[in-house]
Amino acid sequence: MDERYEIQIGKVCVLSTKDMLFNFLKPKNELENQGEFAENHPYIPEELWVKCPVCKNAILSSDLVENHKVCPKCNYHFRIAARQRIEMTVDEGTFNEMDAEMTSVNIIDFPDYPRKLRSAKLNSGENESVITGTAEINGEKCVIAVMNSQFMMGSMGTVTGEKITRAFEYATVHSLPVVVFTVSGGARMQEGILSLMQMAKTSGAVKRHSDAGLLYITVLTDPTTGGVTASFAMEGDIILAEPHALIGFAGPRVIEQTIRQKLPKDFQSAEFLLDKGFIDAVVPRNDMKSTLAKLIRLHTESKEEEAETDECV
Amino acid sequence: MSAFDCVTAARANDRPTSIDYITRIFGDSFFELHGDRRFSDDKAVIGGIAELNGKPVTVIGLEKGRNLKERMERNFGSAHPEGYRKALRLMKQAEKFHRPVICFVDTSGAYCGIGAEERGQGQAIAENLMEMMTLKTPVLSILIGEGGSGGALALAVADEVWMLENAIYSVISPEGCASILWKDSSKTAEASECLKLTSQDLFKLGVIERIIREPKGVESKLFDSLKNLIADTFDKKSRISPEKLIEMRYSRFRKF
Repeated sequence: MDERYEIQIGKVCVLSTKDMLFNFLKPKNELENQGEFAENHPYIPEELWVKCPVCKNAILSSDLVENHKVCPKCNYHFRIAARQRIEMTVDEGTFNEMDAEMTSVNIIDFPDYPRKLRSAKLNSGENESVITGTAEINGEKCVIAVMNSQFMMGSMGTVTGEKITRAFEYATVHSLPVVVFTVSGGARMQEGILSLMQMAKTSGAVKRHSDAGLLYITVLTDPTTGGVTASFAMEGDIILAEPHALIGFAGPRVIEQTIRQKLPKDFQSAEFLLDKGFIDAVVPRNDMKSTLAKLIRLHTESKEEEAETDECV
Repeated sequence: MSAFDCVTAARANDRPTSIDYITRIFGDSFFELHGDRRFSDDKAVIGGIAELNGKPVTVIGLEKGRNLKERMERNFGSAHPEGYRKALRLMKQAEKFHRPVICFVDTSGAYCGIGAEERGQGQAIAENLMEMMTLKTPVLSILIGEGGSGGALALAVADEVWMLENAIYSVISPEGCASILWKDSSKTAEASECLKLTSQDLFKLGVIERIIREPKGVESKLFDSLKNLIADTFDKKSRISPEKLIEMRYSRFRKF
């Protein structure tokens, strides 16, 4: 197994928090600011404003960041990087990262994979598509894993699966609940069948954690599809999702190609899955931390009671 | 034989399907059981109880159909969530009655469609992966044709996974891989090489325990030897305690 990943000391590049916050702003081609648009609109420094893709309103970047990247006008949830997610979810100073240096290798000699990995590392400032560790959420101890859409669209390779498996195994040994935020395009094609095996491996670790009577909460964020949906994303005791997140097994384009018809609007949205009975609740980002803390507390309270009863007997 | 030749052979219309294996190995002893008890009976999955050398076994297969009419009826072997739930129901039943499970896998993948998504294709597969991992009875999976991604894995979390010589097992179809990689779905041959999807490649990667040779023209040889191999394997596995068995199954997948 050792040849299936490497340990990378230090980061490929170091992005400041500010860089990460503004990472979603794509630099525009100069030509785009000319012509009709440039004539009719006053010049606005791009880095200060973001246009909401849904309500089309311009939002001050600082306002957006302050509001956890949720549009203040229409409640649209922008995608966010894993580090930010951790920052806004766990108590300050409580996050202890696990396996931070673990990084993928080109196990099956897949063409162009090393270059893709390098650019994913540069793009995300991370070593892999998931960050794992221990943390506290409003004082509740847990193991947390957060996937990163900026790293090959959160695709699951061997290291992704290994880190998630280790997180569950650690939680099982230490009797801790697990919270996983998913965002993924699915299994990582560049690792061939070994990426498919991660679905079985992670599911096995989830099952052991579950059989030990421990709590697992998944939070599905936009987008969660493919092999991740068909494994640990759908295996939580409690499954939450962010508003309007796309969640499905097959991606909408693949389905449209298969059935040769347009899909209805909101098909595979978090709200659609709630209606069909596949998730427990749609929780807005700004309520996520308190919701997770509450759910964990509800499960630790019953545990403590059990312990007390045992003592009485 | 190139990887692409394997892909072609694995998909060939005249290749034996799960029904052929079931009929030739278990004969008249096979009694088919239907339905997932939740929604419907998915004909892409065939399952039931049979006798192997006088001992009961649960048999499950992904069935593509042997002619056009059958293929339409069986959705070309692409199961809906109810198919995977039927399979799980039969596996749980096997666990209850302490009989081993054999799965024949042959599918281009789990079905992609509106109904499949509405009824939780991802959830159904995920549940199978989780439950199969701790099923307290021996499980053996044989990839007889196509092993298409999660839809195949949902019947292949087993103590041993075998593959027919010319079967394939892959995370994505070569066409899908080519269209993502080169924006050209016709570069199937190149993609087939890259994906390492042949029985030889997968044996080297430790993904399968055994390659079943396909003797040319004499299918009866194949079924006879397979029958003996399956019976021997179940004999050995049934001597292992259920706890030890699921510990070994976990380690089998933990190493990837």
